[in-house]
Amino acid sequence: MSTIEDLKTAVINGRRKDVKTLVPELLESGIEPAALLSQALIPAMGVVGERFKKNEIFVPEMLVSARAMKEAMSVLEPKLLEAGIRPEHTALIGTVEGDLHDIGKNLVATMWKGAGFDVVDLGVNVPAARFIEAIEEHEPHIVGLSALLTTTMPAMRDTVAAIRDAGHTSVKLLVGGAPITQSYADEIGADGYSRDAASAVDAAKAALGV
Amino acid sequence: MKYKTLAIADPAKLIYGVAPRPIETRHGMRIGGGLIYPELNFTLPDINIRKEAMPEIARHYKQIVTEALERAAELEAPGVMLEFETLPPMTEHPALGMEVVNILLEGIERAHDKYGLKATLRCTPNDNREFVRPPLMRSGRYWDAMLELFDQSAAAGAEFLSIESVGGKELHDDALVNGDLRAVLFSLCVMGVRDMQFIWDHIVAIAAKHGVHAAGDTACGFGNTAMVLAERKMIPRVFAAVVRAVTAVRSLVAYECGAVGPGKDCGYENPVLKAITGCPMSMEGKTAACAHLSPMGNLAAATADLWSNESVQNIKLLGGMAPTCYMEQLVYDCRLMNTASAEGEASALKMRDWLVKSDAGLDPQAMILTPESSVAIAHAIVESPSYYAAGIAAARAAVKILRETSESGCLRIDSREAGWLDRMDDELDDMPDTEDAFIGEMMEEVDLEKFTPADYGLPTPVSA
Ligand code: B1M
Repeated sequence: MSTIEDLKTAVINGRRKDVKTLVPELLESGIEPAALLSQALIPAMGVVGERFKKNEIFVPEMLVSARAMKEAMSVLEPKLLEAGIRPEHTALIGTVEGDLHDIGKNLVATMWKGAGFDVVDLGVNVPAARFIEAIEEHEPHIVGLSALLTTTMPAMRDTVAAIRDAGHTSVKLLVGGAPITQSYADEIGADGYSRDAASAVDAAKAALGV
Repeated sequence: MKYKTLAIADPAKLIYGVAPRPIETRHGMRIGGGLIYPELNFTLPDINIRKEAMPEIARHYKQIVTEALERAAELEAPGVMLEFETLPPMTEHPALGMEVVNILLEGIERAHDKYGLKATLRCTPNDNREFVRPPLMRSGRYWDAMLELFDQSAAAGAEFLSIESVGGKELHDDALVNGDLRAVLFSLCVMGVRDMQFIWDHIVAIAAKHGVHAAGDTACGFGNTAMVLAERKMIPRVFAAVVRAVTAVRSLVAYECGAVGPGKDCGYENPVLKAITGCPMSMEGKTAACAHLSPMGNLAAATADLWSNESVQNIKLLGGMAPTCYMEQLVYDCRLMNTASAEGEASALKMRDWLVKSDAGLDPQAMILTPESSVAIAHAIVESPSYYAAGIAAARAAVKILRETSESGCLRIDSREAGWLDRMDDELDDMPDTEDAFIGEMMEEVDLEKFTPADYGLPTPVSA
């Protein structure tokens, strides 16, 4: 009989086909969807994230695991919603207005998803007004802003200010991108900063105080 | 494909400062005519580019051109290329871009009058077409504004026109992070090639209208993205090296359409293109660490005709403003290399070989661009009947070079990466025989929300 541990191993190894058969099998055996999420999928992505952080695997290998997790989530998500279980944390993420760089931002989103966050990706070139609209729609716990150009750093500052001015004072704002530093994050009033995708989960958790 | 033979078939002739098709500038630089010259590139510190900020922006560019050219003259540089690579709002609103173009052209003339300095300007409007998603590649306000800036800058006196075009990139970023060589080939050799043909026909026509040079493109958004990702240990270096070889097929199209060089600095594929076309090339390496890190800081100079710093912000360093400091570094690098050349061919070759040897064995991406490797990849490309076949041939040649040099102990490959050579070989073995078959397969697989097939002259699949 298959176990939760088998599912965890299948996700770590990015074996999507195995995941596809394991999830229904485990659910059938009476294991709760929430248990599969918290005892197999999230720990599996934790292992993968840790390996990536230590440079033991490359992004393509990490993404194979992420896709395996997605496969499992496509079955689990409706069941979790049915049972009234929502992800503990919702996050919005986007690249600020005027900036089209998104590889780094996408990796941060992948890491957040792996940690079990519900992530809404607003894409690139996102005006402050769009961030605010999405905050009102999704009521996230955390908003991630990415900027890669020195000339779009002011747009990041303006977006942070606009979000606060719109009265969203409790949502945590996390910033990052090649030209961004901790001191710039402090200066513009962000709640957190992370240097790379690998530490973006820790930075988000620290900002959320969890 | 236009080129059937190589302009430089002997790796010993693929060397810095010398190109079979040199270019003369108005003030008398002969690029590729024996000397390597510095090419300075610069950008703004954190400023919101708007009309109201133009006085401050103008002050930055005026300071850059004045101080950097003064230093070049003090160091007796034999000539200097300035590259103005625009930031997005400057292409979107050509009037903003033109304000800077004029400041730089005036600075160049002032330095010529005052010091007799031979300087010239390359104008590189950035490609804003992907500001709309999916990008509008052949029409729309971003396209129109970009052509307007090309036209106006050429009319004003920018002698060289370049671009870092993005056609095909809609699918390429994902291809990279997924380590998917098949999708890389589709992005570069199917989509990229088609967009290059479209865009370069326009740029060449504008250059001809104003009697200036259509210089060349770069696969920066493809090959350098791969390089930066490899440098950050996100994708294997062997994969980035093979991607680099394939980028040469895409960048070559500019020359087929009539570009004459110098190819743009961030095109690390340029040694392959120099071997094929004989046009002079700009390169960047250790002096571009201000913009991004690379594993071939010395090797990149070995075949360059212009030596660049890619981009540096106008900020104050201890030695002076950063562009001035970088001008000094570039001038000294060029001076050393030109001194070696002045002693004769043997010294120049020695210098070149030192530049190559100091990097080649340490990184697959460097190994792929040695003069020998560049010529081998160039051969693979020109012997192919189509761009599709050329992409596969370039990739195969690259894998072969990496395998052979690592087996012979000339190249160090990380143990985690060794399996990727087999993986890439397998992918290449599975490629369909014809481009049509490949397009047919890919159009069923790709995400059609990311690009518009008609903008690439590609059929929209029936299932869409
Ligand atoms: C929310 O919380 C967080 C937390 C952490 C976060 C975060 C958010 N966001 C990022 N992080 C962090 O985690 C990530 C993963 O570890 C990291 O993300 P990064 O994005 O840093 O790292 C990625 C994994 C890999 N890195 C990258 O993907 C960026 C690499 C470099 C080479 C780069 C690339 C690849 C590209 N570029 Co651009 N590009 C450069 C870059 C050089 C550099 N030194 O960064 C830079 C940033 N670009 C530059 C320029 C000038 C431009 N680019 C442009 C275009 C492009 C490409 C499209 C070709 C491509 C982008 C592909 C894409 N889809 O993103 C143009 C602008 C387009 C626009 N409007 O935005 C254009 C204007 C070029 C032109 N003339 O066309 C330069 C900026 C100069 C300046 N003034 O700031 C540049 C430094 C290169 C250079 N030439 O010197 C961390 O920063």
